[in-house]
Amino acid sequence: MRPVPGPVRSSRRSLLAGLGAAAAGLSFAGLDGCASRGPIGANGEERKLNLYNWDTYTGKTTLSDFKAATGISVRMSLFATNDELFAKLKAGNPGFDVIVPSNEYVTRFRIAELLMPLDHAKIPNRVNLLPGFVNPPFDPGRRYSMPYTWLVLGIGYRKSKMDGVPDSWKWVMDSPRYSGRIGVFSEADDMIELGAKYLGHSVRDIPAALIDRVAEMYIRQKPHIKIFHHDEGQDLLLSGDIDIVMEYNGDIAQVMLEDPDLDFVVPREGSILNSDCLCIPKGAPRPDNAHQFINFILDGHNGAEIYQTIKYPTANAAALALMPPDYRDNPVIFPPPEVMARCEYADFEGLDRAHLFDETVTRIFAA
Amino acid sequence: MDESWTKAKAVFAILAIPPVFWLLAFFLIPLGVIWGYSFGENKSLTEIAVNGTFSNYVHAIKPLYLGIILKSFWFAAVTTVLCLIVGFPVAIAITFATEKSKAWLLLLIMLPFWTNLLIRTYALMAVLRTEGYINFTLAFFWNGLSGLTGLLGHPLGAFQPLELLHNNFAVVFGLVYVQLPFMVLPLYAALDRLDRSLLEASLDLGAGHLTTFRRVVVPLATPGIVSGVLVTLIPSIGAYLTPDLLGGPSSQMIANVIERQFKTANDWPFGAALSFLLMYMTFLAIAVQAIVSRNRRARD
Repeated sequence: MRPVPGPVRSSRRSLLAGLGAAAAGLSFAGLDGCASRGPIGANGEERKLNLYNWDTYTGKTTLSDFKAATGISVRMSLFATNDELFAKLKAGNPGFDVIVPSNEYVTRFRIAELLMPLDHAKIPNRVNLLPGFVNPPFDPGRRYSMPYTWLVLGIGYRKSKMDGVPDSWKWVMDSPRYSGRIGVFSEADDMIELGAKYLGHSVRDIPAALIDRVAEMYIRQKPHIKIFHHDEGQDLLLSGDIDIVMEYNGDIAQVMLEDPDLDFVVPREGSILNSDCLCIPKGAPRPDNAHQFINFILDGHNGAEIYQTIKYPTANAAALALMPPDYRDNPVIFPPPEVMARCEYADFEGLDRAHLFDETVTRIFAA
Repeated sequence: MDESWTKAKAVFAILAIPPVFWLLAFFLIPLGVIWGYSFGENKSLTEIAVNGTFSNYVHAIKPLYLGIILKSFWFAAVTTVLCLIVGFPVAIAITFATEKSKAWLLLLIMLPFWTNLLIRTYALMAVLRTEGYINFTLAFFWNGLSGLTGLLGHPLGAFQPLELLHNNFAVVFGLVYVQLPFMVLPLYAALDRLDRSLLEASLDLGAGHLTTFRRVVVPLATPGIVSGVLVTLIPSIGAYLTPDLLGGPSSQMIANVIERQFKTANDWPFGAALSFLLMYMTFLAIAVQAIVSRNRRARD
């Protein structure tokens, strides 16, 4: 039984993304004015923290628990895309203490010298990290970032409408079989990089000739594609507008709770890994509070409280151990290791590369 | 009248300060900054060097981008024509309504402005989608009809939902929905001023209703039509939200390309050049239109 039509649900990114442009100028007017100073903590910093985070991305009691433990009250502001986050900070930090960029943007922030190096002595809970997350390629030695969640792109699908498990990118990129019911992610990097992955190349250092081949493939596939979506693939899948879609595992895991006919698979060619990370931007007014907050999140119990709510995969071994089996053994949240072995992080390869990717998707959309 | 305000120059100047400040600080200066960017170059992820280069404009007039601008113009033109066809009878109906119902009808036209465009667009999605309200209603009647014919031994078969969302139809539908008030209001303003006795004279002197409409109403309403067309056409060319949310794989309009330059592509100079290219074209079109209409008036 599928839900009757109703208003479109808002999700982690979609509705907020639309409103973001309108709200951007307003939300921070009084972030850190010279007005009232609150009580000062033992570390000499005001007992406050400005967190800039994704929507629906904390546990129900995370922030109040932190206040109870440290006396520091957290003011959380929300962003909808990494671009919004980057745009807000590139002209100077308006007063944030902790931000949550994805891996590729950790690199961008790092190159732009907008991050403060972390003081590992203040983050003893980093011993809780799973081995795979201690030394990631986008931040060797974790000098600037600590993992919050990770995500993998794959295929979400409606089981009753498929012929078998669609465990190849072919079914969204290169085949008319599910014509008119396909959703493709409209992010330029993800589209091109996954196209290259399907054609047998790494998601990094894609040669120009291969980019053209990927573009031709998408242009050939276009008559069969119903929509290039903006990360609302799970909603389109749930509402029955499409039956097969390129989307993040965490997003599909959330809608699978509402509709047992939905499922998720990471294609056998492999995929792109993403990791949202906690960072301290340069110019943070309360860096010691920020370290306390990061250390607090990396605690097993506090982490488990978050993942129970948001269902994204964790990079934290202590939190994982405290989670119920329907999370720990969920193949959507944690795809099997042989599949994960074929996944890799994409990298920020410079502005010229970003422009080339953008022009390529402009060409695909215009064809 | 003229004299009274020229005498009160000081009062006029004081009253003018806030709007002039507003215009400068929040419109002209930011616009100038973006205009400057359009002659700049990316130096790093966070720095733009304004060095007078034309490379962004050279890039922007590539066939790829001109084609997208042309397509946006085409979407906008279709929208404008549909708005005119739908809006004209509405404006006439309001003009000829009684004073009391006129106020209510105008209120109805303006009512949509009370809700944010984004929210209205999401509502349209709920109406148009495969399992949305239109298809829901159609399926209800289809199944009822199928039940009836089934009694006679000929059921109609399963209902095939209409594909109303995520295609170019949905984009034009959404644009017409959004822009219609902007067409109706100037048309109404022009028609309301129209001297009714001219219509009576035309009908008395033997012209039919169609001829009267064509040769009396339309020429007299021309200023309203022109302003209605301009305020419908120009925002439609730059429509961003509607193609983004309602469109399908081939509904990309120029504003969507510009948006990406300021976000993922992080190429503000190029995005600025594209925006200004669009603005130059619009100015050119308005200038040509003004010259043409002046020449025509001069001939008359």
